[in-house]
Order: sequence, then structure tokens, then C-alpha cells
Amino acid sequence: MSEALTLTRIPLDDYAGLRGAGEIEELRALAKPLRGRSIEMINSTAIGGGVAEILNRLVPLAEELDLHFKWDVMTGGEDFFDVTKSFHNALHGAPYHASPRDFEIFLAYTQRNRAALPLDSEFVVIHDPQPAALIDARKPGSNHWVWRCHIDLSHPNRAVWDFLEKFVSRYDGAMFSSPEFSRQLPIPQYLFYPAIDPLSEKNQDLEPEFIAQVLARFRIDPMRPILTQISRFDRLKDPVGVIRAYRIVKRYFDCQLVLAGGSASDDPEGAVVLKEVLREADNDPDIRVIELPAWAPLEVNALQRASTIVIQKSLREGFGLTVSEALWKKKPVVASAVGGIPIQIIHKHTGLLAHSVEGTAYQIRFLLSHPEIAAKLGEHGHQHVKENFLITQKLKRYLTLFLALARGS
Amino acid sequence: MNAVETAFDFVTVSYLTRIGNQSAGTLTELLTGLEHCSDASIFHHTFQTLGTHHFLTEGFSNDFAQWVLVDTNRNDLAEQLAALDIRDYVSIAALRRDLCRLVGEFCAAFPHYAGQSALERFYFCESVEVTAPLGRSARTLDEFRDGIAHLSHAGFYFHFISSRLRLQLQTNDFSYWLAGGLGLASLAENINHIDIYTNTLDSTRAKLLRLIDRERRKA
Repeated sequence: MSEALTLTRIPLDDYAGLRGAGEIEELRALAKPLRGRSIEMINSTAIGGGVAEILNRLVPLAEELDLHFKWDVMTGGEDFFDVTKSFHNALHGAPYHASPRDFEIFLAYTQRNRAALPLDSEFVVIHDPQPAALIDARKPGSNHWVWRCHIDLSHPNRAVWDFLEKFVSRYDGAMFSSPEFSRQLPIPQYLFYPAIDPLSEKNQDLEPEFIAQVLARFRIDPMRPILTQISRFDRLKDPVGVIRAYRIVKRYFDCQLVLAGGSASDDPEGAVVLKEVLREADNDPDIRVIELPAWAPLEVNALQRASTIVIQKSLREGFGLTVSEALWKKKPVVASAVGGIPIQIIHKHTGLLAHSVEGTAYQIRFLLSHPEIAAKLGEHGHQHVKENFLITQKLKRYLTLFLALARGS
Repeated sequence: MNAVETAFDFVTVSYLTRIGNQSAGTLTELLTGLEHCSDASIFHHTFQTLGTHHFLTEGFSNDFAQWVLVDTNRNDLAEQLAALDIRDYVSIAALRRDLCRLVGEFCAAFPHYAGQSALERFYFCESVEVTAPLGRSARTLDEFRDGIAHLSHAGFYFHFISSRLRLQLQTNDFSYWLAGGLGLASLAENINHIDIYTNTLDSTRAKLLRLIDRERRKA
């Protein structure tokens, strides 16, 4: 039942140049007691989305450490994914009236997957709500089940959370991207961060010529300050607020604004937001609204690297991995203090936090006035990501979790 | 080169962060949290955070000070909390006492600030520690130097910073072994004096290796 998975294989030793040989040796030492033990990761999509992107790179690295690491994908029909998308939005706090039929569909597909997936590994990691009810398949014995939630659960829809909580409470632990997202549960809850791969196309070093080509293609002037927000056209990313902040900054600095995100063509809500953004931009020649293809890692990389300041003015955020992407490129970042962003932006150390349009504009002006402080924040931000948000650190966190579970912590 | 009977065994450490049940939205609530949170939580927000944020060598000391500064805007209290030096403590109980004393005194002196809502809440977390032997040990100063040079940040942090709590002495694993094992008390003391607040783990290690190299040249 699980979809065929194509994994991106980068040898673990390739990361030694970035992290140091000692860090790789440490991963091998931590993995040693887990050698030959079985681990199964289950999510609901093989391609697209942050979870699949991370697993795609994490699984081969874990295999290199001689762990029996499996990644299985839950399958479902359109009706299942309609329900789980509604659940997803409701857990984020969107209004939703859950019907008994929705729960029946959810459980029916859980039952089908339960019959098809092995679910017999010593460590089973279930990602997000879609496969959460697979805990029903847990066999008596000593295996460990943990639930990794990538969603902001700080204001969930009561009915949907009450339904899921019955399952989540039966795991050995739950992992969240921010302490703010955790719930009152009878099981241990852990802090787990998403991660970026520094060797991926989205984050690898680029030739200056390529960056220049991308700027030329999008008619961006490399000689004037470039403010950039990379995110899909979604009200929760507040692109209109970004334009308003830019207009305040523009009174003092001759700068440009780049708003780049995935195409809104297959997302009706995104298309509406895009229209709002274009209306707010009002044909300002220094605002570039760029609709990127769904998968455009090199363009995103180039735009981030060309930026003077990267903005992430979200109103709500799961983790906001684009912040780590920018910090990795040593860019000064001005971002909202929401969701997982304050974990990445330690105010005045690895970037600047803001709570409003005016605050965002002020912080941008401050950095444009003090390039030496901007450079220092970027440098510290890079170190912060290197220490905490790279794929190798994520692997280390999983190894630590499995070791802790195995010893009964 | 002298060799000793008791080898220095290099170890690494990894921490899982467990989210606690307490959070604070005011300084009064921070004080309550400090009084009641686990030892693992005090460790996490002081010792462990210093290791995780070692690259910040100006104005970052511990999570409590950072929260008080950024989210409650109380620079005076933040400064006092940041000035607590974990090297002065060989027990979490003593560190907790001083944290509570500083926050308690501030709340008593400025009750109108004590109840003011912070911009963001402080969440008490705790560290779950997992150690793993690296399979490398040292019996001579050369082997010792080589082992330190190859350590990860976490391994270096484990031996140089968090070791105080294990040893319950105001020293670190490296100095302890150099003095006790190799009889190099002066080198041990010089190493123990490297300032971990104004150095990154990398620059601390570089200084430590320079001190060892100087000692090796003497031999």
C-alpha cells in the first residue's frame, strides 16, 4: 500500500566539511547501541511538504549508520485527504464543524492502512494527525511508539482535538516544534525541530553568476537594497503587511521588495490572496511579486542569497523553516515572534523580532542603517542553524530519543 | 612521554528537550516556576543552553536572563540573572537558590512590575541526557591533545562545562585528569580559568590546545 519512495542519498561524511569530523563521529557513537534495530517512520505523503522533504534526506543518513530505517507512506482516497485537510486547518484554529461521517472516513482509512503497513518495528514514529490512529495496531510488547506533530496545536478545534487526543495519549511520547504547541497530555512531550539540509539545492552555495542571472530574470536591481519574503501567498504569512512595512521603510531608504512564493494556480485561496497582494502593491515598480513553480529550490536559494534583509512576517507559523534557510545564508532576518520563529531568532542575537507592521519596518530601517550589526546577526544566525537546525542535528535528536526510550527515560 | 594508569575516556553527550508542565507569563510566575521546576529544568535553562548557544559571546548567559530582557523588558533584573556564572556552582540546588533570590528580591522591590504580562510566555523545559563512549581514550598528553582536538562540540561541552555538576568540584574533567592523572596541576588550573562566557566552544578549545602545546614543548 505504501507509495514507492525515491531517496536522496548524500554520504554522511560529506557533512563533515560543514559540521566537523567530530560531529559525524559522534553520530556514529550514538548510533552504535542502536545498530540493527528497526525504526519505522510513517507519514501521509511521499512528495511535497516539509515532512517528506526531511524524511527523504534523513532515511538514507540513518541507513548509513546501520539502522534498519523504514519510511512508509499512508494511503487514502480523496475523501480521506479532504477530511484530514479540514482536520489540519481546524487544529490550526480555523472554524470547522466536524461531522460523524468525517470521523468514520478517518477511521476507515486507518483500518485499511493498518492491514497493509508492517508496524512491527521496535521504534515507530508517526508523523502528524493523518496516521495518528494507527496506534490501534500497536502489538503488546516492548516496542515504542511516538507521535511527531508538525502543527501548531496552541488553539485547536475542540472536537477534532478531543477525537485525536484519545489516540495521542496512548503513545510513549509526543514531539512538538515549540513548547507553545504542546498540550496537557499524560505522556512525555519533547521539543523537536525541523531541519534544513545544507547540501540540498535550496541551501548549497551558488555561483555569483547564477544569482545575478536570477536577479536579471526577475528584473531585480542588485545595486539597491533587497528586502525579501519567501512564502506561499497565504494570509497567515501576511504579505500585505510586508508591503505596508516596506512602504514605511521606503520613505527613508531606496529599497526593493521581493515577495516570492509557490504558484497560486492550484490553490483557490492562494489566488485570492495573490490578487490582494497585487492590489496592495499598486504597480510599484520596486515591488516584485514572483510566482515560483512548486519546486524551484535554486531560485529560492538565489533570491535569499541576493537579499539584503529577509523578512518572515507571519501571523501564525508552524516553525517557519525559511527563517533557518535565510540564517544559514548569513542573512539578517526580521521576523514575527510567532510559532517556532523565536526558537530560530534569538532577539538581538540571531536576528530581530517584531510584533507589528510598524515594528517590522523599524527593525528593517535599523538594520539598513547599521550594516555591521546586520552582518553580525547574520553570522550568529548561521552558527545557530549550524548548531541546531541542520539535518545532521535532526538525526542526532532522533538517535537520542530512541536511546532514551530504549533505556526507559 | 609519561603514561598514566587511569586513562581519560572520551565521551559524548546528547540532550533531548522535554517540555515541562509549567510556564510563566509574569515575573511572579517565573519565581513560582523556579521554585518548583525540576533540577533537570534548571540545568536545561542554564548549563545546557550555554552549550547550545556557545557562539553568542556577548550578552547571552542563560534562558531566564534572556526572557526577562526580551519579554519583560526588565534590563536590571536581566543583567543580574545574566551575571550568574555557572562555574561558581557545583550543585543545581545552589544555583536555583540564587535564581530564586534574585527574582524574589526584584518582585518584592517592584511589585508593580512583578505582575505585568510578558510579551511571550516562558516555558520550562528539561534536559534528558544520553551519553555515549567515543571509544577513544588517552594515557599520555599527546593522546589527550589528539582526543580533545577530535571532540564534537557536545563532547567538549560535556567534559569542560557540565562536568562540574558530576564532579561536584569547581573544575572540569580535563583539568581533573591532568592534575590527578598526569600531575600537571598548573596546566590544569590554567585550563580551568578559560572564560566560557566570552569564548565560543571553538575558541575555548583552541586556547586549551595552545596551553597543552606549550606544556608539550616543555617536555
